[in-house]
Amino acid sequence: MIERTGMILPLVLYLALIMGIALWGNTFSRKKSDTSGFMEEYFIGSRSMGGFVLAMAVITTYISASSFVGGPGVAYKVGLGWILLSMIQVPTAFLTLGVLGKRFALIARRTKAVTITDFLRARYNSDYVVIAASIALLVFFMASMLAQFIGGARLFESITGYSYRTGLIIFGITVIIYTTVGGFRAVVLTDMIQGIMMLFASVALLFAVTSAGGGVSNIMDTLRSIDPDLLTPGGAGDSIPKPFILSFWVLVGFGILGLPQTTQKCLGFKDSKSLHNAMVIGTFVVGFVMLAMHLIGAMGRAVIPGIEIGDLAVPTLTVKLMSPFWAGIFIAGPLAAIMSTVDSMLIMCSAAIVKDLYFHYIAHNNPELLPPSKVRSMSFTVTCVVGVIVFFAAMKPPSLLVWINLFAFGGLEAVFFCPTIFGLYWKRANSTGATLSMITGCAAFFWFNITKTSIAGTTAIVPTLLISVIVFIAGSFLGKGEKTEVLEIFDL
Amino acid sequence: MKESAIMRTAKKETSIIIGLYILFFAWWYLTAYSFGDDPSDYRYILGFPEWFFYSCIIGYVGISVLLWICVRFFFTDIDLEEKKEGREND
Repeated sequence: MIERTGMILPLVLYLALIMGIALWGNTFSRKKSDTSGFMEEYFIGSRSMGGFVLAMAVITTYISASSFVGGPGVAYKVGLGWILLSMIQVPTAFLTLGVLGKRFALIARRTKAVTITDFLRARYNSDYVVIAASIALLVFFMASMLAQFIGGARLFESITGYSYRTGLIIFGITVIIYTTVGGFRAVVLTDMIQGIMMLFASVALLFAVTSAGGGVSNIMDTLRSIDPDLLTPGGAGDSIPKPFILSFWVLVGFGILGLPQTTQKCLGFKDSKSLHNAMVIGTFVVGFVMLAMHLIGAMGRAVIPGIEIGDLAVPTLTVKLMSPFWAGIFIAGPLAAIMSTVDSMLIMCSAAIVKDLYFHYIAHNNPELLPPSKVRSMSFTVTCVVGVIVFFAAMKPPSLLVWINLFAFGGLEAVFFCPTIFGLYWKRANSTGATLSMITGCAAFFWFNITKTSIAGTTAIVPTLLISVIVFIAGSFLGKGEKTEVLEIFDL
Repeated sequence: MKESAIMRTAKKETSIIIGLYILFFAWWYLTAYSFGDDPSDYRYILGFPEWFFYSCIIGYVGISVLLWICVRFFFTDIDLEEKKEGREND
């Protein structure tokens, strides 16, 4: 019991710190006395992110439970080849920020866009595009948040020994409260702290694993004696064939340009200097966390062999190799990864409901129909309610949402990749192409996954994106071009 | 309408980013798959198999440094608020 308390203490202190930041963030939105000012603060933090905060906001939203638990678990099973796969994610930050950053930032300021949907609305002027985007975002985000909650609670259970429900309550309630109270500003500031936490956690455990195994050379020798294929890029039992690993250059490679939870951050930074710094810092940090965490998984096999379930590899290594206090620090790492993914999605769900749907369609963009006091209480309520729904769903996970989560990551890319990229860079892109591509892309992704159809050994995302690109281009040539005034705003 | 100077800068920088991305991919692929796949022939650097050392460790460090250099020397600071440019169609 004393051991458990030692483990819980650093965690509780950490969560208290996060809460404090949220309260501070709340003072900013309190000062706003007009409707659009409030929305710009609550949903995008008044575009004030500096370089370090932007870098951390982008990568912590991207780094989720799978980078801390799922991925290292697979690396434990198949070896160094899975680290090679994880390194595909190194350019995440510079690709997103570099390709979208400056143009997004300029256009967002010209059109006063707060959400990705605002951007799509300004570019395509189409209710179909807006509604398709909003629905996709809400459904996939809620399914993803649910999966993160479940992952977090299970991890908490396996490391601390407290029940699934206790874990869920502790960090679930924390993330809902701080996001509701503090809005986007609290989301990105806490993301910064969470990112630092992830760095510490991965360094600490990597150190523990390496020294317990008697150094890298020793560990590699042990791995070779367990199964020489653990040291190959193809993985144990040839589990990582080339077409499979190359598919990940689409799914977690350039496909991430379509993920609204990371691209949305491009609307919220302060100046171009912040963007430049964020690209460098973000790349360094995301690469470091990926490399360290997956090395922990792969090398852990030599230190504690015989763990049957991959997801238990990291928790087991943590408990066996670290003192309770350090294990407490460590568990804050993956929980930070989870909370920082959930908070961004939560605030974006709230923005989709309050701003993209309610304010536009029911209040007709008229601040008099949605006065500051009302937008404030409504935003707080919506954020909180969405969070609470997901929280209760995680208590007894409904199989439909768990199932949808399997498609969330690729589904979001299938929906958002083409409208975002072509909208920014292609003059001819129009609402016909966007609508058709969003719908067929999403449908194709589900179809390829459900029927398990594989083209040339690739995973579903490859043919899906190809189809959505073709449909987008064909649709754009069939439909009418957008108005010149619109294209001027977009510099096309 | 003529493309604004800011957008031209943004396009140039996008090309640099895509170039770096392709370079990273090429390095990742070539180093990972050109040291043979028979573990008994592997040589080791700092304890890691050669392919792993080059593709995962050098690749990561290398792209971070290259990116820093590119950003430092080729990326221009721009005014996002566009106050100075004075757009006519505002």
